[in-house]
Amino acid sequence: MRIVVASGKGGTGKTTVATSLALVGGESVRCLDCDVEAPNAALFLHPVLDRRQEVGIPLPRVDTARCTHCGKCAEVCQYHAIAVLGQTTLVFPELCHGCGSCTRLCPEGAISEHLHVTGVLEGGLTADGLEFARGLLQVGEPMAVPIIRELKRWPPRRRPAIEIWDAPPGASCPVVETLRGADFALLVTEPTPFGLHDLKQVVGIARELKIPAGVVVNRDGIGDQAVDAYCADQGLPILLRIPMERRIAEGLARGRSLLETAPDYRPAFQDLLAAIQDRVNAEYAR
Amino acid sequence: MKLVISIAGDSLQSPFDARFGRAAAFCLVDSDTGSWTAHANPALEAAGGAGVQAAQCVAGLGAQAVVSGAYGPKAYASLSAAGIAMHLAPGNAPRTGADVLAQFKAGELSQAQAATQDGRH
Repeated sequence: MRIVVASGKGGTGKTTVATSLALVGGESVRCLDCDVEAPNAALFLHPVLDRRQEVGIPLPRVDTARCTHCGKCAEVCQYHAIAVLGQTTLVFPELCHGCGSCTRLCPEGAISEHLHVTGVLEGGLTADGLEFARGLLQVGEPMAVPIIRELKRWPPRRRPAIEIWDAPPGASCPVVETLRGADFALLVTEPTPFGLHDLKQVVGIARELKIPAGVVVNRDGIGDQAVDAYCADQGLPILLRIPMERRIAEGLARGRSLLETAPDYRPAFQDLLAAIQDRVNAEYAR
Repeated sequence: MKLVISIAGDSLQSPFDARFGRAAAFCLVDSDTGSWTAHANPALEAAGGAGVQAAQCVAGLGAQAVVSGAYGPKAYASLSAAGIAMHLAPGNAPRTGADVLAQFKAGELSQAQAATQDGRH
């Protein structure tokens, strides 16, 4: 079962919820930090990172002896990453998405691919025995999606019963890539106009991808009632409410997971995991 | 010679557009006869790589030179590869494509020797 924790708005508590959910699942869980531009789940899970692999995108390399400057590669490139101008074929690495169209469609077989490293994958076990891995995009590289794709493909040490994927903030390509193939989208929001605005965007993505969704309201008690009204109107279940509590914020600031700071929440997270499992099983039974 | 001027409109009398990759259109002018045609810039709404796409358009029009206000690194690399001379019409003063053509003919415009701005993706 693959659970994605997403939010739209940043700072609503995605990682707080994802790490606590992973901790109640223990050894049956693999937790992936898919926020490859700023991964922070390791700050709370404290894994020993002993696996490492460089990843990136396949860039085209043009064999000038075989290239006839026919322009087919430039014609098929959706990103203008390869251009034929006069007797020159230019490649712009920062525009390339690594789709491989130019290589496969070159009539002269003049294009080959080589790996352009844009980030790394790192993995290891936590003290609780749960498997953790994260992607890390190199500073200055613009594209997070290829790193997320490779992270999700990275073979686990053992086949986990539960995958928990901590999504990046926002509602753009990296969030879509994280959600792809998930069985459930757990959407963490805060009851404010900003939280609601971005929640709606991520709900839209989950619906487009036909992924069932549920909501966690974090910092409950602040803001207004609009998130509750929206969820009721849309038939979105609110699976957990975490009240605004200073002790939780203080614990997080010291690098402690919510469950470590507030062990009284453990039953609530066990119930949350069970509720998600029930909903996913019900979805498959339909 | 065949010259392209970046314009914000659809004729030689339209305002000059100082952006290259994101110009609304390109006016292809024969500087000897004064005859011209206007061509929409296919890169206007490109998500990225506008300079590359605009340069391919200008090369496809058969231009030998272009006049704009600025060239990014990818536009500069692309136009250089195509052997197209890049002229600069500096400043923000409102003027038409025809005004810029007159400046070009009078030899008042310098050529860009490198990209004049950072890329914007």
